[in-house]
Amino acid sequence: MDNSTGTGIGARVRRKEDHRFITGKGNYTDDINLPKQTYAYFVRSPHAHATIKSINTAKAKKMPGVVGIFTGDDIANDKLGGLICGWMIHSKDGSPMKAGPHPVLAQGKVRYVGDHVALVVAETREQAKAAAAAVSVGYVALPHVVDVADAMGAKAAIHDVAPDNRVFNWSIGDEGATDAAFRNAAHVTKIDLVNNRLIPNAMEPRAAIGSYDTGSESYTLYTTSQNPHVARLVISAFHGLAPEHKLRVIAPDVGGGFGSKIFIYAEEVACVWASKHIGGRPIKWTAERSESFLADAHGRDHVTHAELATDSNGRITGLKVHTKAAMGAYLSTFASCVPTYLYATLLSGQYNIPNIYAEVDAIYTNTAPVDAYRGAGRPEATYVVERIVETAARELKMDPAEFRRMNFVTQFPHQTPVIMCYDAGDYAAALDKALEIADVKGFADRKSAAARSGKLRGLGYSAYIEACGIAPSAAIGSLGAGVGLWESAEVRVNPVGTVEVLTGSHSHGQGHETTFAQLVSDRLGIDINNVAIVHGDTDKVQFGMGTYGSRSGAVGMTAISKALDKIEAKAKRVAAAVMEASADDVEFKNGTFTVKGTDKKMAFGEVALSAYVAHKFNSAEIEPGLKEAAFHDPSNFVFPAGVHICEVEIDTDTGVTDVVNYTAVDDFGNIINPMIVEGQVHGGIVQGIGQALAEGCVYDKQSGQLLTGSYMDYQMPRAANVPNFNLAFTCTPCPSNPLGMKGCGEAGAIASPAAVMNAVTDALDVRDVPMPATPHVVWKMLQPMKKAAE
Amino acid sequence: MENFNYVRPAKVADAVKAMKKAKDGKFMAGGHTLIPTLKQGLASPTDIIDLGGLKNTGIKIGAKSVVIQAGTTHAEVAASKELKKAIPGLAALAGGIGDPHVRHKGTIGGSVSNNDPAADYPSACLALGATIHTTDRKLAADKFFTGMFSTALKDTEIVTAVEFPLVKKSGYAKFPNPASLYAMVGVFVAQGADGSARVAVTGAGPGVFRVADMEAALSRKFAGSSLDGIAVKSKGLNSDMHASAEYRAHLITVMAKRAVEAAK
Ligand SMILES: Cc1cc2nc3c(=O)[nH]c(=O)nc-3n(C[C@H](O)[C@H](O)[C@H](O)COP(=O)(O)OP(=O)(O)OC[C@H]3O[C@@H](n4cnc5c(N)ncnc54)[C@H](O)[C@@H]3O)c2cc1C
Repeated sequence: MDNSTGTGIGARVRRKEDHRFITGKGNYTDDINLPKQTYAYFVRSPHAHATIKSINTAKAKKMPGVVGIFTGDDIANDKLGGLICGWMIHSKDGSPMKAGPHPVLAQGKVRYVGDHVALVVAETREQAKAAAAAVSVGYVALPHVVDVADAMGAKAAIHDVAPDNRVFNWSIGDEGATDAAFRNAAHVTKIDLVNNRLIPNAMEPRAAIGSYDTGSESYTLYTTSQNPHVARLVISAFHGLAPEHKLRVIAPDVGGGFGSKIFIYAEEVACVWASKHIGGRPIKWTAERSESFLADAHGRDHVTHAELATDSNGRITGLKVHTKAAMGAYLSTFASCVPTYLYATLLSGQYNIPNIYAEVDAIYTNTAPVDAYRGAGRPEATYVVERIVETAARELKMDPAEFRRMNFVTQFPHQTPVIMCYDAGDYAAALDKALEIADVKGFADRKSAAARSGKLRGLGYSAYIEACGIAPSAAIGSLGAGVGLWESAEVRVNPVGTVEVLTGSHSHGQGHETTFAQLVSDRLGIDINNVAIVHGDTDKVQFGMGTYGSRSGAVGMTAISKALDKIEAKAKRVAAAVMEASADDVEFKNGTFTVKGTDKKMAFGEVALSAYVAHKFNSAEIEPGLKEAAFHDPSNFVFPAGVHICEVEIDTDTGVTDVVNYTAVDDFGNIINPMIVEGQVHGGIVQGIGQALAEGCVYDKQSGQLLTGSYMDYQMPRAANVPNFNLAFTCTPCPSNPLGMKGCGEAGAIASPAAVMNAVTDALDVRDVPMPATPHVVWKMLQPMKKAAE
Repeated sequence: MENFNYVRPAKVADAVKAMKKAKDGKFMAGGHTLIPTLKQGLASPTDIIDLGGLKNTGIKIGAKSVVIQAGTTHAEVAASKELKKAIPGLAALAGGIGDPHVRHKGTIGGSVSNNDPAADYPSACLALGATIHTTDRKLAADKFFTGMFSTALKDTEIVTAVEFPLVKKSGYAKFPNPASLYAMVGVFVAQGADGSARVAVTGAGPGVFRVADMEAALSRKFAGSSLDGIAVKSKGLNSDMHASAEYRAHLITVMAKRAVEAAK
């Protein structure tokens, strides 16, 4: 089907939402102002770890404009519950993870720089900030630890429940069988890797407006959330603020999240709670950028040792991995599942590895919490697998592409030793295409040419696989998830034939208003401009699980597709009644209902109107109206995969690494809108290049302070740091959803760090270079080589 | 940010008067250093005296020197066709400051008055042997820059222009801090009318400084190869998470060579 010019599936439709966004007409939380609104500012801990001896608010309360000041005592007195971690992980020994208390405002202790100590509410933001500076807190500093490598058993005991700072010691795979594979191995490759801590940096900082209606005794929270229904569920069921029907959560336009806006945070909960205590006046909080650095959940931060066993033919026979994963000072909403079920289950990569054993220690540190960040666990897994596979190929003196090819999974379905069952794929096809586009044959010449001008060229592969659309609910429930991971949709056809789709997915940059409308336009044969996508409001959409893990296409759109099936079936019955035919004889194509063997026909809009006027059918047999809903609980994850090839050039005088070529061949199954998919891939690759070469969150060991607390010190990747990308696609449709879709939101960020670092290590001819490979880091690596050459 | 009184005088004399009257006044030019410091609460002046009303912008190329008015933005300096011919290194330097927003607001007067140890202009001033014109006097760049964020300016003194002597050749090479894009190491080289060379380094130390060994070598022969084997000692250079003192010292030689090679 060639849909390149239409508005249906497969068409490069321009994003419907962009005009609003790029002309400054978006409606973000901070754009919203409610009558009698007040402003919040948080008093934050300047210490990495300290006990709170006293909080004196007397002076601050007298400052101009102050409406109220709240501390942990107020939260405790009101019995507002603490923040939760929604996925129970059990240690190898069967004991449950050690979740320390996570109060909305600190109670007795602070555990990282930026921890929330008090909430100051005033008439203006400036007044709140000034008063916050006047709150005097008596701290007694405690020993602290910020590096995950040092944290287990450190002097700093961050939570009483975990005196050695270990949250859990979890494992997956068969240890005995894996050890046996290593005993029989012809060769073992070993590697130590650090997956650097990242700060998410969504374009829009977090924000919230909490308000309490004293008349209806109900709360409303506007918030920058990727999943407003989950926020409502948690605030209702766990914080105990109000039952769900008394709490409305609205996530209007949201300017990016990358995972960091999945979680339920203290600030948002505090604002909506405190509104009741100031007579129902709304409280607005908008994070300053420096607060985003300090208190958004960070990503990654793993320290890993891995070993790969191969036989004498170069076939992989086993993989052993041990990872220390930082959790930060508290367990954030989904923190525990990231380094476990979202990470270790992907350690088989694209390879047929008969034996895998992985052990993960999750560890508290005196830092901002760590949780899902673009890719969530899969970038970390890909980094381990693709770095060790590349290293093994080099040790075995095999071509890294061919070493991969001979170990690829080729038969589907493929059950890995780590839970996942891959449903479809053609990894060799992606590799072939990538080799060709990247002109790997010509690399040797390019390398010599670079050498002539004193530059080092390197080539790196990343044959990644990832799992999107986390599912099915029953299976993840058995693994400890506190929620189900289905999605809901409601399709409302209006009497004139225009359509509203209510979805539990949430768009914060992904372009749902366009892609979801393309599906409807395609299925119902109506103008894409006659379709509106409604999301992000718990009063409009009944329930939904939100957007993360590239689930909105495979799961969210499948729910819409199912609802559309029901719409079509009902519309056929209406059309049959109106056209006086049997429903079985009615056909629906390109927006027109026809009766087989006759010239009778009705347009979709006419049928919609007939459904609502209900003149032509017996309402006892057919209910009036045209509105259907569906829930979709997928039977499996979907498994996007692909091959990325990165070529770098290193300036040995300065240590600067230039990404000179980047090729990505991805299999996302069927694609709804290639332009949007390419945009997702571009963004993902840039983020991954950022992780590899630029971004790195640094806490000072001595003081526990965040050193990279602003853009002066935290390097984001810039347009000038990346080349034009060569993108191509292969397609093996996903068998587990009717649209044959996989997911594309994270693939770029998952694949690219390994591709870049394999290229950098190739250029430098070393085993490892720590990320981010900044010019300074690379220059330091070059010094011993230069000495050796002299 | 605290409240302050705001004035925008049209005459230099009125600006000086306003400053004398203020309890704790601050001049403001492009505001691209000042406003961020106000926002972060690092400064809370009682009075802001906006120099924008003076409208002292423009670049005049004379027989022996170029005079750039203090209020001239980095973008104007970078775009000046005449300057690109007269002192190409200076125009190139201005074109590499910050980003387009910064270049369209930030001014040469603000930059030299602020004397950020990682700012670009101070290196050009020092290497070209510029003279800073103020409301009170004319000061040689060597006397004007006195250390990290400090200058010889008195509280009520305003920079009105910067005068650069015409040189045979000038070039600038900057290794930006990868996060902030300020100079981690920036080196400006100039070959004067009499053939003598001057080399000034910014970003690497607590303040902009000259490198005598390099100047001597380049005065003998103005070529990149003249700098082979000449290194600045790392002792006393800045060392932070972005770059060790040793790395900065190494980059000084690399950037100096590149500046010489780029010099026109
Ligand atoms: C994101 C960003 C990136 C930047 N990157 C760079 C960079 O790469 N390289 C670089 O060199 N700079 C950089 N800057 C700084 C920029 O060039 C500033 O604008 C400049 O240093 C100050 O000039 P201004 O006109 O904005 O001065 P202002 O901010 O208005 O003033 C700065 C200081 O100088 C004083 N002052 C201003 N004008 C006068 C005067 N005529 N007489 C006496 N005192 C005066 C003020 O009182 C104040 O103390 C960057 C700034 C930002 C925000």
